[in-house]
Amino acid sequence: MRRPSDARGPTAFNLASVALGLTFLYAPIVLLVLYSFNASRLVTVWGGFSTRWYGALLRDQQMLDAVWVTLRVGLISASAATVLGVLAAVALVRAGRFRGSGVFAGMVYAPLVMPEVILGLSLLLLFVSLGLPRGFWTVTVGHTTVTLCYATVVVQARLSSFDRGLEDAAQDLGCTPLKAFLLVTLPNIAPAVAAAWMLAFTLSLDDLVIASFTSGPGATTLPMRLYSQVRLGVNPEINAVSTLLIGVVAAGVIAAWLLQQRRRDA
Amino acid sequence: MTGGRGRRLAIALPYLWLLVFFALPFALVAKLSLSHTVLAMPPYAPRLDPSRGLAGVGEFLHGLSFTTYARLGSDRLYVAAYLSSLRFAAIATAILLVIGYPIAYGMSRFGPRAREALVMAVILPFWTSFLIRIYAWIAILKPAGLLNQALDLVHLAPLDLLDTNTAVIIGMVYAYLPFMVLPLYAVLEKQDASLIEAARDLGCTATQAFWRVTFPLSLPGVGAGCLLCFIPMVGEFVIPDLLGGSRTLMLGRTIWTEFFADRDWPAASAVAIVLLATLAIPIALFQRQQAKVLS
Repeated sequence: MRRPSDARGPTAFNLASVALGLTFLYAPIVLLVLYSFNASRLVTVWGGFSTRWYGALLRDQQMLDAVWVTLRVGLISASAATVLGVLAAVALVRAGRFRGSGVFAGMVYAPLVMPEVILGLSLLLLFVSLGLPRGFWTVTVGHTTVTLCYATVVVQARLSSFDRGLEDAAQDLGCTPLKAFLLVTLPNIAPAVAAAWMLAFTLSLDDLVIASFTSGPGATTLPMRLYSQVRLGVNPEINAVSTLLIGVVAAGVIAAWLLQQRRRDA
Repeated sequence: MTGGRGRRLAIALPYLWLLVFFALPFALVAKLSLSHTVLAMPPYAPRLDPSRGLAGVGEFLHGLSFTTYARLGSDRLYVAAYLSSLRFAAIATAILLVIGYPIAYGMSRFGPRAREALVMAVILPFWTSFLIRIYAWIAILKPAGLLNQALDLVHLAPLDLLDTNTAVIIGMVYAYLPFMVLPLYAVLEKQDASLIEAARDLGCTATQAFWRVTFPLSLPGVGAGCLLCFIPMVGEFVIPDLLGGSRTLMLGRTIWTEFFADRDWPAASAVAIVLLATLAIPIALFQRQQAKVLS
């Protein structure tokens, strides 16, 4: 099949719209990173290069505590969400129609677009009704619930293009269904599973709304901490912690992308 | 996982999880929206008392009422917040479509390697914290911010944008742009060039060929992009809270305030139910599309 792009390259208009679009997407982020190295306390007035705000960050115990809580919530909820997401994807792709399959698909796709405020409020009401004290574990369960839907979609996309004949062949050769899944299917969908985990982890790292509703004393996550600071106004320390966060996530995503590229070229 | 037991387990685990942590909580929100506030913890009544058996259930059901909804419907502030949420989301979606389409179309015109890099470049900001990206706009839009410094350099009058509705629209367009561009790109990239060539051979100008062939064929992407942006934007909280002014009314913010500041849980729940009822049709459309694409 020939594509428009193969027939003729981008026109000047195409180039301009893509360039403007990317500038719009990246300019605010670049400015934020730039001003994290500003010596001045005034965020928007350039006072020379300095790393003082990164130093201040290291001495901000509350911020460090929040980072630690966020990382633990992210690691646990992303892992749980990936396991549940792989199972849900297998159910959606392989199980065909079963009783309640429509409801199941609905429950998987709805949280993808549902306003977070509603998800947060409903989870909170559940925890209150069950009499569970809010804190670390309630946030983790909340994040698992929302991110498992994203994980499912990522794995499902890969699983539905995977040739089922391979798994059947393994079973014909004497594998149990479980063994065939673990030895044949899972290695094949591994990149999607890794991508699902990363997506779940990043979403958990980033979430403010659900965490605010489901968290309790002693379990303040980094976005909650940032939000309470941002409400008081811009401050260079927020720029510094944001820059670190952007750097870590961007490095992870780009590394994953390059890895996939290399595998395909090999 | 064709085996009976393994199959059932694969379905049961995520199914149960979503029933308990997604479906059941919604039933609770619906129930709470029919309750009224009391000065207690948790701050609502009636509460179901299982120890009293059927009598308790009867009493509980009797205590439920639609008074919270009636209160919301007669309060101009809630009605205004409802209408302005829909308006914000509709305006932002329209702007997103107008600026997202040329970007997606332009991307689809590049060679295969460049296309992949461009997709990556559009996705990358999505992986960057939402809160941080909105925060970045505060420094740009505030009175002595970067935008006004730039305007000052070229001797233009400063703009007072932070804490206005314009700032909320800018923030929404910025934050949701990847959600508009990617579905559009996905359909445009797959389009067969020979269709355009055929239209041109039959005497269409390039513009005519675009409006008669390319655009109609990209409508599924237009639908997906608009739904993916419109639905969450109606209930958006972070953007109006950080970039909007005290008079920027949006339902997501109303729920937050009712809950955290006013401690009026029934009102917060009723607003959530109204919001959900409004979004039910777009969400159902989105689910159908999602199921079609993925299976």
